[in-house]
Amino acid sequence: MSRKETLVVVGNGMVGHRFLEKLVDAGGLERYDVVVYGEEVRPAYDRVHLSEFFSGRSAEELSMVSEGFYDQDGITLILDEAITSIDRESCEVHSASGNTKKYDQLVLATGSYPFVPPVPGHDRDNCFVYRTIEDLEAIKEAARDSKVGAVVGGGLLGLEAAKALKDLGLETHVVEFAPRLMAVQVDDGGGAMLRRKIEGLGVSIHTGKNTQQIVDGEGAVHQMQFADGEQLNTDIVLFSAGIRPRDELAKSTGLELGERGGVVINNDCRTSDQRIFAIGECALWSGRIFGLVAPGYQMGQVVVDQLVADKDSAQSSSQFTGADMSTKLKLMGVDVASIGDAHGNTEGSLSYQLIDEEKEVYKKLVVSKNKKKVLGAVLVGDAEEYGTLLQMMLNDIRPPENPAELILPQTDGSASSGLGVAALPETAQICSCYDVSKGDLVNAVAGGCMDMGALKAETSAGTGCGGCTALVKQVLDHELTELGVEVKKDICEHFPHSRQELYHLVRVGELKSFNEVLEKHGKGRGCDICKPTIGSVLASCWNEYVLNDQHAQLQDTNDYFLGNMQKDGTYSIVPRVPGGEITPDKLITIGEVGRDYNLYTKITGGQRIDLFGARVEQLPDIWKRLVDAGFETGHAYGKSLRTVKSCVGSTWCRYGVLDSVSMAIAVENRYRGVRSPHKIKMAVSGCTRECAEAQSKDVGVIATEKGWNLYLCGNGGMKPRHADLFATELDDETLVKYIDRFLMFYIRTADRLQRTSVWMENLEGGLDYLREVIIEDSLGICQELEDEMTYLVGTYQCEWKTTLSDPEKLKRFNHFINSDESDSNVVFVSERDQIRPATNDEKITLKQL
Amino acid sequence: MTQANKGWTTVCSEGDLIPNLGVCALVEGVQIALFKVDDQVYALDNHDPFSQANVISRGLVGDLEGKLVVASPIYKQHFELSTGQCLEDETVSLNAYPVEVVDQKVQVSLASATVEAA
Ligand code: SRM
Ligand SMILES: Cc1cc2nc3c(=O)[nH]c(=O)nc-3n(C[C@H](O)[C@H](O)[C@H](O)COP(=O)(O)OP(=O)(O)OC[C@H]3O[C@@H](n4cnc5c(N)ncnc54)[C@H](O)[C@@H]3O)c2cc1C
Ligand code: SF4
Ligand code: FES
Repeated sequence: MSRKETLVVVGNGMVGHRFLEKLVDAGGLERYDVVVYGEEVRPAYDRVHLSEFFSGRSAEELSMVSEGFYDQDGITLILDEAITSIDRESCEVHSASGNTKKYDQLVLATGSYPFVPPVPGHDRDNCFVYRTIEDLEAIKEAARDSKVGAVVGGGLLGLEAAKALKDLGLETHVVEFAPRLMAVQVDDGGGAMLRRKIEGLGVSIHTGKNTQQIVDGEGAVHQMQFADGEQLNTDIVLFSAGIRPRDELAKSTGLELGERGGVVINNDCRTSDQRIFAIGECALWSGRIFGLVAPGYQMGQVVVDQLVADKDSAQSSSQFTGADMSTKLKLMGVDVASIGDAHGNTEGSLSYQLIDEEKEVYKKLVVSKNKKKVLGAVLVGDAEEYGTLLQMMLNDIRPPENPAELILPQTDGSASSGLGVAALPETAQICSCYDVSKGDLVNAVAGGCMDMGALKAETSAGTGCGGCTALVKQVLDHELTELGVEVKKDICEHFPHSRQELYHLVRVGELKSFNEVLEKHGKGRGCDICKPTIGSVLASCWNEYVLNDQHAQLQDTNDYFLGNMQKDGTYSIVPRVPGGEITPDKLITIGEVGRDYNLYTKITGGQRIDLFGARVEQLPDIWKRLVDAGFETGHAYGKSLRTVKSCVGSTWCRYGVLDSVSMAIAVENRYRGVRSPHKIKMAVSGCTRECAEAQSKDVGVIATEKGWNLYLCGNGGMKPRHADLFATELDDETLVKYIDRFLMFYIRTADRLQRTSVWMENLEGGLDYLREVIIEDSLGICQELEDEMTYLVGTYQCEWKTTLSDPEKLKRFNHFINSDESDSNVVFVSERDQIRPATNDEKITLKQL
Repeated sequence: MTQANKGWTTVCSEGDLIPNLGVCALVEGVQIALFKVDDQVYALDNHDPFSQANVISRGLVGDLEGKLVVASPIYKQHFELSTGQCLEDETVSLNAYPVEVVDQKVQVSLASATVEAA
């Protein structure tokens, strides 16, 4: 094999990293030794979701790098090391710390920097930009002692930054030079509507303002002085006035640059030097800089093709031929989308506009002169048609006779007359962030991805900006139907219904037993799927004792014997320890019970104690002792609330700001025993250090100085998911109210054995929709949800206590119906001074003795 | 086969059996899982060949494609109540035993069902 060439990459940002991933996938490491220089202290992270840093996402979570990626042989990442010059003659790069590296091929992926207008005072303390994690850390720090913040720039990023300031609790101003917001993406009408909505949220907008200087403030750190003589006092100034390509390296080595900056590249993404490529925001193609990730990713793919795939084949390389800059985003909760020729600049184009002042919606559609092509659109306040319009534009799909129909509200309440996904060609790009085509999705579905979670994991579609999610879901549903996988979700052969439907039927029909449900809505006798599911639904609705005569036969053995069956047929015992708080006396009781019945004793991962190896006939005696000592069942067996983990909180901890233990106990006692589609875990932390790991729970609560922050739909287990920040700074009452509503809504609508995390991933509209339902009461069901939960809370009983008081029930706790003997197959040996089940070999040996 | 000669053992009264809920009986040292479905009583091995635990009597009873089955509570394989055949693995089956209800007494014979039929 010939010597490997050296490929040097300058810049480890979003595009540079993604390029390397693609290079590795294409087998590039067989041909190149790769050396990557990054000026920042950490490897590539997700700048697109940078703002989530403020809502609790850590630097590690923003990282784009999968474990071990930069540990592979043949790839070296050098961080905190800027390249300062390129010697094109000797093919060397020189670094800030004086190192030199020879390259055969060089890729520039240096990105861009935020433009700061050179007004006097722009470099005062407390003046920031919004680009790196370090920037955000500094802003957060400064916000602590600040009251007012002003963002210079009312573009896309400026508005995002304004939201961040608002969330940090500052009085927020946006100062824009142009006469309207988002001047690049939206037109006058859209800008006006956007302004109205954002002002409605309490952010002050100042357009047409030219900042002349920043000086000492009156009652604030700064005063911004404008050309029109007005001024604004503010503690923080945040510049977001556009980006400039980082072309300084290219410039110093004499590569061709654009008039207003940017490293000029051709369709191969090569610069004026054949050995040097440029990709991402530093590159200028056909006079344009692309300030979005998707075009950068496409450039990366082109370079990979040049470097690896096409090197051997004679076939022509892939080319970069421009990119669509359509965007859809949510700014401060306001949907904004801009597609194609939003301003109607194309000659002879026609436009249609819809202004709905009541609903605060603005829509504009631009079509070609002959009305046969969609050219562009602007959507503010409601961007539902984004996917449809974008696809129509990209794929030249003909609009209806009267194109205005595409943006007109449907009077009959049905969805607007969009196009079906069936109309799209296989090549249609559905997700531009990850360049996923309809064909890719179709193949993934055919390959077994049957739900959104799987499809996203397989193709990455929808995991970037999220703008394509609705369309991805449509393709999924369409394909499943095509494949004959009916999108119906029958739980089993006995019921032609999903769990959600069954819940509804039980609730509305006031059905109280499995037999009633089976008679009315099912067939056959039921099975080990539908029986426990309906048992659980009945409990979620009516909360009757799970072992009463009609319900007992529905329970899995765990629920039936109120313990978790172990591999040898014995059971475990988990008393509830609300919030993990336990008195020494109770600990002693557990210790005594464990000792007296010779049970294996272990601290669980859920802040309580598990006693293993109880035979079925021992369960009542053991539980009698526990109940007498004040314990309740811990429902370790139930699809219901497991534990509410707590940290010690403000009572003892020097950092705690609220009493997390009391809250955890209150919450655990409130929701104990409530039956749900799957188990539910919660946690409460006393401050942002988050010692209770609340962000990995279905319901996570974190104390702040101003109240509780509520996180929802986290998961540990097989596929961990970080919980989403749902609402902030809640008082006790509102917190409980939201959790009540959330749990009941989940109980109503989730599939069988679907944790809240997966439920959320599949919830159309996601977190925003959930907020609408739970906070804004968009479905008008909040009162019902609360009432239903109040009923469940009021009808709680400890199942062990009830069982112990019923001699008929206790009769069932025997291994044999006709003998008092124990199961001779349950054999223990001793390990570390406790019992454990004997292995089969050990059993044989023991028998022979 | 000596088994063919084994007699009937009374294990409990019919009233002790709750429809669709299994119990376990000890018959000459063998653990037998008993199920009552629609007034018919079935008897299978209580030993679960997949987990090696004696737990079949604690499984949920139901029907799959018309066959009456019990699902093992450990790894959830299904066994046909009348024959003991495992639906997930055709090479595995439990012994099915003849049961009779005489004067409301439930009686089991250890003779295997097949021998009895012969
Ligand atoms: C006892 C315990 C392990 C331990 O010794 O620490 C445990 C034991 C079991 N876990 Fe667990 N899990 C235990 C904490 C956890 C945790 C940690 C936590 O809660 O903080 C997790 C990850 C967090 C999460 O769930 O998000 C966890 C994720 C699972 C999963 C995967 C769930 C998922 O969504 O991916 C299963 C399987 C399932 O539920 O389908 C599972 C299932 C089980 C079962 C029920 C498996 C079974 O069917 O036999 C185990 C029986 C418990 C028993 O016999 O008592 N266990 N399990 C822990 C009991 C905590 C408690 O006090 O109740
Ligand atoms: C807050 C925010 C929100 C955004 N939202 C979106 C969005 O919703 N959708 C979207 O498509 N885009 C969005 N963007 C834009 C997106 O982040 C960029 O398009 C993308 O990061 C460009 O990738 P890049 O690799 O070209 O540049 P970068 O990610 O900036 O990476 C360049 C890296 O190179 C390093 N570097 C520069 N010079 C040198 C040198 N001489 N030596 C060594 N290292 C060097 C830099 O330090 C940097 O780490 C957003 C950006 C921000 C800041
Ligand atoms: S989360 Fe905060 S309050 Fe709770 S123990 Fe940790 S540091 Fe203390
Ligand atoms: S288009 Fe951004 S995630 Fe798909």
